Amino acid sequence: MIEFRNVTKRFPDGTVAVDSFDLVIPSRKTTVFVGSSGCGKTTLLRMINRMVEPTSGTVEIDGEDVAAKQAVALRRSIGYVMQNSGLMPHFTVAENIATVPRLNGGTRRAAKARALELMDVVGLEASMADRYPSQLSGGQQQRVGVARGLAADPNILLMDEPFGAVDPIVRAELQRELIRLQQELDKTVVFVTHDIDEAFLLGDQVVILAAGAQRLQVGSPSEITERPADDFVAAFIGAERGKRALSVKQTPNGPVLVDAEGRTQGVLVEGGA
Amino acid sequence: MNLLADAFAWLSAPEQWSGPNGLQHLLAQQLYYTAIAVAIAAVIAVPAGWAIGHTGRGKEIAVAFAGAARAVPSFGLLVLLVLLFGVLHKPEAATVTFVILAIPSLLAGAYAGFEAIDRRVVDAARAVGMTEAQILWRVEVPLGLPLLVGGFRSAVLQVVATVTIAAYVNLGGLGLPIITGLSLRRYEVVLGGAVLVALLALVLDALLALAQRAAVPRGMLAAQGQHVTGPRRRLGPDPEPAT
Repeated sequence: MIEFRNVTKRFPDGTVAVDSFDLVIPSRKTTVFVGSSGCGKTTLLRMINRMVEPTSGTVEIDGEDVAAKQAVALRRSIGYVMQNSGLMPHFTVAENIATVPRLNGGTRRAAKARALELMDVVGLEASMADRYPSQLSGGQQQRVGVARGLAADPNILLMDEPFGAVDPIVRAELQRELIRLQQELDKTVVFVTHDIDEAFLLGDQVVILAAGAQRLQVGSPSEITERPADDFVAAFIGAERGKRALSVKQTPNGPVLVDAEGRTQGVLVEGGA
Repeated sequence: MNLLADAFAWLSAPEQWSGPNGLQHLLAQQLYYTAIAVAIAAVIAVPAGWAIGHTGRGKEIAVAFAGAARAVPSFGLLVLLVLLFGVLHKPEAATVTFVILAIPSLLAGAYAGFEAIDRRVVDAARAVGMTEAQILWRVEVPLGLPLLVGGFRSAVLQVVATVTIAAYVNLGGLGLPIITGLSLRRYEVVLGGAVLVALLALVLDALLALAQRAAVPRGMLAAQGQHVTGPRRRLGPDPEPAT
């Protein structure tokens, strides 16, 4: 469990990125921070592994204040996956994945074995182990980034818009893979995105944020869709128009659901969940 | 053309390559002063440049210092230092002159190499749990190496050409035939000495160009389509700030 207690972050230039933020992130679930750019969601994420230090307030992991831990050891114990993969351009794929096991003093051989194991987990061919990141596609680089995040078998995985820079088809594929991985691995995932569809697809808990990391609504995707907290949230999730604004249309074969553009999105089944 | 032919005749005459003032001896002196000066400059400038590049602080001071150092005329400085240090310390005075000449290129190469690294790569290295020392040695130094070698190349070229002035204060080197030739009005000797300095500079430049190419990490070569050329040659001492 990760807990933010009254966290504020004021940058030296005076901007308040996060203002008195409280949140409990449950273990072994995926929590998604979603909001437009500059709302402080990445700052919140980076406070968990002390890449950003709060100006006031505390961030706790399982009841322990992260500020009391040594930053380097803390970061090695938490997986981190970032946009544009953040891979070391002069390390091979296997060396990138095995970065943390090597830093923790593992042998080259053990690290390579672990890298190959993880390449299989994230769906990369073993033949890519000795290639360099620049020789991979964007989607493959992101898979390497996810594998690196998982290499030390952390309980927590932080993901900062990891699929933001890949094309929609690859993104959908990576999202499906992440859902599969999460079912297998059961990590506490904290995911940052500006894409509400991605948030609803991946999140067990979705946190909708406005500027200054102001919490607009926290809940499961269903809760938020069924009871948006206010008009802004309703507009943000597209409940009024867009693909979540569905209406019933009667047809000779029974009622169907159509979206705001009039496209049929599904069939209304009586007695469903 | 006669002069050129005479210069080559002088250069290839066996008597020029024997005795205490033989050309091989002067060549060795030229290389010795270059090596000592660049080595001392590197010990000072490379850690300083890395510190600036790693922390992002102090760049203004370094730029101001390097600019001032570049503006100093080496010959004037040499004469001044010989007067200051006394005639018994001419080798020290010459070495300090050449060290000051070499520092700006090396300093610029060291910090420009770090500055050219994608900030996200350094951020990622920190986020996965590298210590600052590991970020320096495993990420910044290897990725910044090509530009540092470029700065080293500029420094060596400038110093090896300038060491010629050491002969004015009786320290030998390849400037010796140039100044003695001038006073004796034997221009084939002047030209012979100048040709030798130029050849030496060209050979060193070619070797260091190869070193610069070899310094590019393999993953970066792959990024540029398997084969890469080093940063463009420039006459000025700045290495290219971006690859």
